[in-house]
Amino acid sequence: MAEERRFRSASGVPIALRQRQHSASCRELAVRGPRLQLRSLSAATSAVWLAAYGLFAVSENSMVLSAAIFITLIGLIIYLHFVKIDQESLLVIGSLGIQVTSSYASGKESTTFIEMGQVKDVVINEAIHMQKVIYYLCILLRDPEDPQGVSEVVPLFQSSKPRLDCLIEVYKSCQEILEKRKTGPQSSEIK
Amino acid sequence: MVLKVFFPSCCSSADSGILIGRWISEQNSAVILAVVHFPFIPVQVKQYLGEVQRVTKVSVSVLGSWSNSKQEKEESLSEFLEDLGTIFCHEPWIQISKEGDSKFWSCSTLQKHSKNPQKEEIILVYYDQRKVMLSHMHPSLDTAGQGAEDASKLSAIFDTVARSQVLFMTDRYDEGPIKLTHWQSDGVEASIIVELLKQASVPACMVLTFLLSLLSGICRSRVLKFWPLSFLWSKLSTCEQLGHRLQHLQIISSNKKAQNQNQLMRKANIFMSLLIDVALGILLMSWLYRKNRIGHLADTLIPVADHVAEELQDLLQWLMGAPAGLKMNRALDQVLGRFFLYHIHLWISYIHLLSPFIEMILWYVGLSACLGLTVALCILSDIIALLTFHIYCFYVYGARLYCLKIYGLSSLWRLFRGKKWNMLRQRVDSCSYDLDQLFIGTLLFTILLFLLPTTALYYLVFTLLRLLVVIVQGLIHLLVDLIDSLPLYSLILRLCRSYRLAAGVKFRVLEQQDGKPLRLLMQINPLSYGGVVQTYRLPTYSCYPRDSWASLCKKLFLGELIYPWKHKEDKQN
Repeated sequence: MAEERRFRSASGVPIALRQRQHSASCRELAVRGPRLQLRSLSAATSAVWLAAYGLFAVSENSMVLSAAIFITLIGLIIYLHFVKIDQESLLVIGSLGIQVTSSYASGKESTTFIEMGQVKDVVINEAIHMQKVIYYLCILLRDPEDPQGVSEVVPLFQSSKPRLDCLIEVYKSCQEILEKRKTGPQSSEIK
Repeated sequence: MVLKVFFPSCCSSADSGILIGRWISEQNSAVILAVVHFPFIPVQVKQYLGEVQRVTKVSVSVLGSWSNSKQEKEESLSEFLEDLGTIFCHEPWIQISKEGDSKFWSCSTLQKHSKNPQKEEIILVYYDQRKVMLSHMHPSLDTAGQGAEDASKLSAIFDTVARSQVLFMTDRYDEGPIKLTHWQSDGVEASIIVELLKQASVPACMVLTFLLSLLSGICRSRVLKFWPLSFLWSKLSTCEQLGHRLQHLQIISSNKKAQNQNQLMRKANIFMSLLIDVALGILLMSWLYRKNRIGHLADTLIPVADHVAEELQDLLQWLMGAPAGLKMNRALDQVLGRFFLYHIHLWISYIHLLSPFIEMILWYVGLSACLGLTVALCILSDIIALLTFHIYCFYVYGARLYCLKIYGLSSLWRLFRGKKWNMLRQRVDSCSYDLDQLFIGTLLFTILLFLLPTTALYYLVFTLLRLLVVIVQGLIHLLVDLIDSLPLYSLILRLCRSYRLAAGVKFRVLEQQDGKPLRLLMQINPLSYGGVVQTYRLPTYSCYPRDSWASLCKKLFLGELIYPWKHKEDKQN
């Protein structure tokens, strides 16, 4: 079952959270940011080309124009492939692990899979960012030497930065599945 | 708890039979390696599995049954399959059945000895057997087998499939009693080119080893170890580079097979690096010798050296006048200026003495570019060092003078204040001087202080020139290092066969149906290009930057000589 709800990000941009339950121990949570707007794209392109035309009028060198076109194209490709993240999703499979995926506007997907044995907990942390205090969801990884310690903190949803209400939904969903792994082995030991 | 079944996607259309694989009880997961078809004799199957277990050290056993019925479900077959569970007793007995062409299979387990009969959830994970077998996980855990159980769960699965290679060697055209389905059951894969190369490499390696032993014998002979020659060899970067490449050739041509993945990749990377190096070198050579470009180069060398000398002379004349409006001490200025001018005059005479031989020397030296582009670049760097030797000399003279002056000044300053440097305690202590000591000390201090600007200016100018030469040489060495250490084979492997270098896995959720187990597809997440370069970088002989910026500035200020790149074996300071 899939449901989609609207929230706001930390900077006020509207984002959408989509939850899908694939099975009793598998859930997918995806946060979708706003798509690339045509008007901002046209504004940027026009600005670059106006500047190039102004330079051409001053310097009478046609290389400026072709360089501007080249720069616009390359810049757009780099932006779509490396910078603009469309959707960030979290796939929690109880007893296997947690998979974090970021999908870029050009279709590229970068995925990280963290095994359940390494996950200590999923928590909401506070951070001071410039003049604001923002909340972010993160995965705490277990330290192999110290059973009580945390070896690494993996922050989630870094580019869409949802606010606390959205994070609480995601947190509750994750904890429902993570709790089962604590109760699971104990029940199977009663033999 | 949740039961995970790793099913190879090549067996999805196999006929009915029993499933064999490995059961990992700590993770409650079953890795299915192949399907054994009917008819079979249970005793023979157990024998075969025992043999496989002995050879591969993987505990392969019969895990369950697989039924692929093209028509509706056959009742008798399902009972027969359940009875099989009693013959091959395995806990839990997994039963997977597929009806017709449906994507959604039904999966159930039979637990005979469990006290709590709750229905546990089953996750079906499909994996590509060939890719998982060939892939290599990073960070690599090269354990001998003991630590493999503590390792990450997924690497245990990769390990299982990789070590069961002997199971995949029999295909369905073999006349054995056991009929298996796995990724190679349609015919064992092999490549003629790879086999031919393997056969050809043995004699080639032997010939190469023999030649290299001759060469290293010559290099190690006593004749080349006498003092002037050994000093020269250690200073020329060309010899370092040639020695480094010789080492590489020795690694490639050794007869020992590579023990593990890392060594194999290293050998392949060295081979590719040598190949590309020699190819680029030959390209450069053909470009240089066409249209006699090397002759033109030799012809322009002497005028360039003359031009540099003239510029230096102009610079010195400027310094001897009033440089930048500063007023120098006339006498010291003239002395230093004339001293350096005479040096330049000597240097130019030597260059002119050599000029008839330059073209021939350059022609023969250019031939050595066929040994590799790196060698050609190192020769270029050495030629620059030799041509700017006078700048280096001036820098050393200026630095030594300045250094002396600074030390003198600091020690006399301490005297001026009534203190002394205590060698034993390594600290500054107060000391009472006699009157004549104080008088002479103060006099000397004043003299040195007022002569400081002149010396400092000469030092500054020559240090800047030296730094310029050092930067040019540094760039050339950077390029040489890049060619030396870039792991080209690994990068091409990452581009073309990205599943071989795995950083992890990724799961994709396939279509689900209620009541059926969760279906996931496990794919290999390849290592990023940056990760590939970092893991498989070839070690080189130079280590830089040697000094941090702060210590470099301190050395420049105090007038200590700087050696920008120090090779790992150098012990002098």
